[in-house]
Amino acid sequence: MSDVLEPQTFRVTRADLVRYAGASGDFNPIHWSDRVATGVGLPGVIAHGMFTMALVGRAVTAWAGAPDAVVEYSVRFSRPVPVPDTDEGTEVVVTATVKGTTDEGHTKLSLTATCQGEKVLSLAQATIRKR
Amino acid sequence: MPLDQSFVGRSWPATEPYLVGREKIREFARAIGATDAAYHDPEAAQALGYADVVAPPTFPVAITMSASRQIIEDPDLGLDYSRVVHGDQRFAYSRPVVAGDALVCVNSVDEITSRGGHDFLTTRTEVTTADGEPVVTVWSKLVQRGEH
Repeated sequence: MSDVLEPQTFRVTRADLVRYAGASGDFNPIHWSDRVATGVGLPGVIAHGMFTMALVGRAVTAWAGAPDAVVEYSVRFSRPVPVPDTDEGTEVVVTATVKGTTDEGHTKLSLTATCQGEKVLSLAQATIRKR
Repeated sequence: MPLDQSFVGRSWPATEPYLVGREKIREFARAIGATDAAYHDPEAAQALGYADVVAPPTFPVAITMSASRQIIEDPDLGLDYSRVVHGDQRFAYSRPVVAGDALVCVNSVDEITSRGGHDFLTTRTEVTTADGEPVVTVWSKLVQRGEH
């Protein structure tokens, strides 16, 4: 594994948020209603933080090469991910840097996620087990 | 109104077991676009040593978010959910969630702080099987934004 991993890009549309709301049980209207979202001061509908975290988790398991490799995973949600009501939606770009090895022999990754050039996560890291 | 500091260190009784369904894991994996065979195909998961399909890493929130209502809906805590945003999220796994698991949650409040007019609540949920086998520990920090 090289020190800087190949960035991964994920497209996010309103349809993705509707599907995620149903699958996760998080029906907060700021994730599907522009009226409610703007009413609480947001620019419009935003992605569930946990949806963004799930996409970054996909990147982590892809880098690890195993769907069950994650030992520890944490993020701070620093900015919302606005998702316009267009066919294209928006994009989240995920990068990772290898930060070393734990005492147990696991690999530590430092992660970033950006949307429209702005970092949407901070303090994001994962520890993965090599199979 | 600040959050009730006496909640720090409190734990709640274990929730009723949540039975993890194979189709629920598949639905969650499809919703996040995760195509790994072990999330969808029991034989692929068995090849990795699991009894049935395994769940993606963030799947446990589908269980813990609902379980943590025990804490956040307690009127004595004083949380106004309309002003709440998700601050931090952390998972520490003993193993992945597997279809067929019956999972119980024990919720605690780890920390309550205030800074810059905002209140911060950190909850911890120990997710185990009904028999007590540890599966994952989930921490969530919620931010209650100030009223100004």
